[in-house]
Amino acid sequence: MTAGLLHTQRTHRRRRPWLWLGLPLAGGVLALALLASVAFGAAEIDAATVWRALTAFDGSTDHLIIRTLRVPRAIIGALVGAALSVAGAIMQGLTRNPLADPGVLGINTGAALAVVAAVFLFNIASLRAYALCAFAGAGLTALVVYGLGSFGRDGPTPLKLTIAGAAVTAFLSSITTGILLFNQRTLDEVRFWLAGSIAGRDLALLVQVLPYLAVGLSGAVLLGRQITTLALGDEVATGLGQRTAWIKAFAALLVVLLAGSAVAVAGPIGFVGLVIPHVVRFFVGMDYRWILPYAALSGAIFLVLADIAARLVLRPTELPVGVMTALIGGPFFVYLVRWRVRR
Amino acid sequence: MRAARHPWIVLRPRGLALSMRLDRRVPCVALALLLLTGALMVWSIGTGEYPIAPLDVLRTVLGLPTDNADYTFVVHALRLPRTLIAALVGMALAVSGAIMQGLTRNPLASPEITGVTAGAGFGAVTLIVLLPDSSIVTLPFAALAGALSVALLIYLFAWRHGDSPMRLILVGIGLASVLEALTSLMITFGEITQVQRALVWLTGSVYARSWSDVRAIAPWLAMLLPLAWLLARRLNALHLGEEVARGLGSHITLDRGLLLLTSIALAAAAVTVAGTIGFVGLMAPHIARRLVGPTHEGLLPVAALTGALIVVAADLVGRTLFAPVELPCGVVIAAVGAPFFAWVLYRGRA
Repeated sequence: MTAGLLHTQRTHRRRRPWLWLGLPLAGGVLALALLASVAFGAAEIDAATVWRALTAFDGSTDHLIIRTLRVPRAIIGALVGAALSVAGAIMQGLTRNPLADPGVLGINTGAALAVVAAVFLFNIASLRAYALCAFAGAGLTALVVYGLGSFGRDGPTPLKLTIAGAAVTAFLSSITTGILLFNQRTLDEVRFWLAGSIAGRDLALLVQVLPYLAVGLSGAVLLGRQITTLALGDEVATGLGQRTAWIKAFAALLVVLLAGSAVAVAGPIGFVGLVIPHVVRFFVGMDYRWILPYAALSGAIFLVLADIAARLVLRPTELPVGVMTALIGGPFFVYLVRWRVRR
Repeated sequence: MRAARHPWIVLRPRGLALSMRLDRRVPCVALALLLLTGALMVWSIGTGEYPIAPLDVLRTVLGLPTDNADYTFVVHALRLPRTLIAALVGMALAVSGAIMQGLTRNPLASPEITGVTAGAGFGAVTLIVLLPDSSIVTLPFAALAGALSVALLIYLFAWRHGDSPMRLILVGIGLASVLEALTSLMITFGEITQVQRALVWLTGSVYARSWSDVRAIAPWLAMLLPLAWLLARRLNALHLGEEVARGLGSHITLDRGLLLLTSIALAAAAVTVAGTIGFVGLMAPHIARRLVGPTHEGLLPVAALTGALIVVAADLVGRTLFAPVELPCGVVIAAVGAPFFAWVLYRGRA
């Protein structure tokens, strides 16, 4: 029954030089997006000043805005985008589920609940403490959803995983709301974080999760070949002499590292991990050695652009970027279901 | 286990173009559930900061004189409407879920998984946050509009060379996430007092519900529950699959549309007065199916009573567990419902 849900196996090979060329190109686009992100904002600051703030910092208000608000925001956006889409790509390859995404499978909600619970119970207020809680919550939820989704005879089918994710999301968000009801203080403190945003995060927070992110991203790129094989199915992978259990466990750890730290920094931002890997696969084919680096770059570009859009759409009000990604990603999810689910 | 000799009760009222085949277990089970729910409601009404003995509760509800004149106020103004709302909401959600599970032939379908509840929630939260001055009477329509448009979208998107139950559910999950994003947008930008009001409502609670809420939901149920029961036979046919239903002479599209509409309206009515209470629509039909088997003539009423029992019990537990702090019944049900869901997932071959 899963035939309809599997990846379309593209057997024809794309030419390698083209793919090698694409990477610096994507890097260039990312650089442009980052510059645009730094240049746009509530305060009008012209390009020359932006440039001077980066090269010859003089401590003026404009320069401070650039250095302490906009640059961290752009960098955090890029890293969070990269982490989420690589996590999504690994999840999709690993579970052979085109609908897999840290948001769809409930991991974001788990992290959110952990933060809300910690704020409520222990009065934590620093973003650093948010980070640790979110991390634990993400990991735990991933385990629960995977466990739930693999109940029964045929193991973790894509469908069961997705539905388990939806149910766990319903359950956890109901508890989150329950906690938020108890006191307005918690609600006021976390409601901006809950919507998923990269505004007002300081670089110190990023430095906290940077080791995890670095391990996650580089580990993912190293694991590209094994994930490609796993995406062909367990039997094939075992037949090719792969130790599937170990590789799966390792890849799952990478997912938790990536998704957990992304949620820790930016709150629950959904759908980046769903959309980007599909788009990337369309261009580079089925080889995860290519998919993963491209997903990292495209995810970064996507989130930075989505964040810019979130600032521009309802000016001067700023939308949380999580709402933007949901508005783009939700319809994409529906489209995937429409064309990939045949039963 | 079906008894060998008289497995069915057949109802064929003279003068009405109607015939019903009920599983033999239905009357007994229904009566038992009814008594149980009634007892629980009496217990629930008697419980609180101002305890009232069960017998006095009964006397007060029936309008008989009691020793204490305050009882009338406590029971009639405060606790009776709340308990009634709990029971009615449970019925609505359970029947809504039973219809959806029958239609999609999927044991996991229920108003909250398929996004219908999220649609109703979005409609109502939008009204609360954007138009805080609007009267409570308009809330049902906002919720219904939200639920209906979502259901319509789900149907449109899932339709491709005929519909597929699986696509319906997955599209529902996708749309629900978009709606949750929009709802959280409202929550992020709304004024904090309105936001809190919306949140109370989103969690699913029957706290401080009054007779005006009863009056808001009762007409809907009076209309929709009998309609659902009358359509039960067609639901049976559809539950057997499209080909069989067509072979049995059903107007598939019409029947399915009518049933879907009933199910959505029921969910919306429930959401309007009690917020988004999850998992009732999932659990109650399963329990009912265990009790009386899969034929919908019997399943629907039994599921309705089971749903009422679940919500009344959850409300009672939520009030007494951490008294004086109250847990919204939505949270209590979710705590029970999630493991139940796991069990369904485990047993089913979904």
